[in-house]
Amino acid sequence: MKTRALLVLPAVAALALSACGGSSSDAAAGTSSSAAASSSGGDLSGTLTVFAAASLTDVFTDLGAQLEADNPGLDVQFNVAGSSALATQLTQGAPVDVFASANEKQMTVVTDAGLQGAGPTVFTENVLEIAVPRGNPGKVTGLADFGNADLALAICAADVPCGAAAEAVFADAGITAQPDTEEEDVKAALTKVQLGEVDAALVYATDVQAAGSDVEGIPFPEAEKEINSYPICVLKAAPNPEAAQAFVDLVNSDAGQQALTDAGFRAPTS
Amino acid sequence: MPAPLLVPAAIGIVFLVFPLVGLVIRAPWSAIGPQLAQEGVGQALRLSLVSATLATLVSLLLGVPIAWVLARSRIPGRSVLRALVTVPLVLPPVVGGVALFLVLGRQGILGRPLFEHLGITIPFTTTAVVIAETFVAMPFLVISVEGALRAADARFEDAAATLGADRWTTFRRVTLPLVAPGIAAGAVLCWARALGEFGATITFAGNFPGTTQTMPLAVYLALQRDPEAAIVLSLVLLAVSLATLLLLRDRWLGRGVSA
Repeated sequence: MKTRALLVLPAVAALALSACGGSSSDAAAGTSSSAAASSSGGDLSGTLTVFAAASLTDVFTDLGAQLEADNPGLDVQFNVAGSSALATQLTQGAPVDVFASANEKQMTVVTDAGLQGAGPTVFTENVLEIAVPRGNPGKVTGLADFGNADLALAICAADVPCGAAAEAVFADAGITAQPDTEEEDVKAALTKVQLGEVDAALVYATDVQAAGSDVEGIPFPEAEKEINSYPICVLKAAPNPEAAQAFVDLVNSDAGQQALTDAGFRAPTS
Repeated sequence: MPAPLLVPAAIGIVFLVFPLVGLVIRAPWSAIGPQLAQEGVGQALRLSLVSATLATLVSLLLGVPIAWVLARSRIPGRSVLRALVTVPLVLPPVVGGVALFLVLGRQGILGRPLFEHLGITIPFTTTAVVIAETFVAMPFLVISVEGALRAADARFEDAAATLGADRWTTFRRVTLPLVAPGIAAGAVLCWARALGEFGATITFAGNFPGTTQTMPLAVYLALQRDPEAAIVLSLVLLAVSLATLLLLRDRWLGRGVSA
């Protein structure tokens, strides 16, 4: 998926260039079709390029397919990767319509460069959850169990986002964590739970949801201190602004929010 | 020297050395002191050297006999055995790490009884690092030594046998000295591979500073935070491994080894 989307980029760039050089009648046609699209739907066309944080892959792929089904002329392309990699690509001039980041920090990288169209809005949230193997063999009940050196425990390394969040949560709660391993990313931590090699790992609620029946999630109140907010925005230089806005509207619609909730995200609190 | 050899050799050397040149050019030389002084760097380096050396010793103890079985014995299914021994070369190391879990993990075939009856857990320990590195690196030693055994003149062994030496004595007194350069070269390859091991280690042994965080793991995590720190750590690992190999070559391996 990622490779394909990246390969498409030069083509999108070429389209954008030709649009710039095109006659004013092209622009006029674009405007009229957007007006029709926003009222009735179904008239969007061309390519829509969405840069999305890796954790959004499943939900956004479904929403993209839905938008394509409603607009037969539209082709939605995703580039999913870590938010920091995406932000770097954006500041390097990638021609993109929509950017959805897994944290506000990387969105700030983009807005500091002045690349956003309208101001980014937070469309969903993700919180940390304790993941335990099915049956909870370590009898883990809450965050305090991460201070128990007798349990096999995994957290993310402090260098990666889930580890930074875990560190902050432990600091807030005054718990000295006794992990056996500091994993390189959240999926690696989750794998150790799925294999039953650790009694608990600190991951995101969406990861627990995605892991299926091998993993049970235990929410804990301390997670509220470190909520991960996901901002989204249409980019100023979007080659396909009408489709971009339609996608953002879809994400914020009841159907979009339901899809996010089903995947373990939750509606923004603020 | 003939151009058909010289030109591709030159291109090949440039191809192999250029990434290294890139690292050296991009290295933040002014910041190298503070980067090295960071806590954990020495610890990771020490752990890397110790675990790679232990993995090489284990590989020698087990790998040389494997090579002998593959090269000299007449047991049936030898070619299948050879293919199986080299599986870790083909297997993506991360998969190797998962496979080690399935055998030696807390829920593994052997690991489960160890954990339930003796309370021993292997994953997330330095032992797990050595096991992961041995799993990935030993095939390099086996292949080198087997090649050396096949190239060695078997008539010396026959002569020893006719003079009344049993097979164990022949192996110790004739075969081993004969293939010593091959064993040394294999051990060097094995050590180098173990030193750079990442995938199986981070999967099976996890990542914890002082216990299981070797230099390649430290480099990978530094890359998430600060690419310059990752370059410095890579150069340290490179410098130490090159120095070790050059020293060893002068001291122990003699002129006969092309290591």
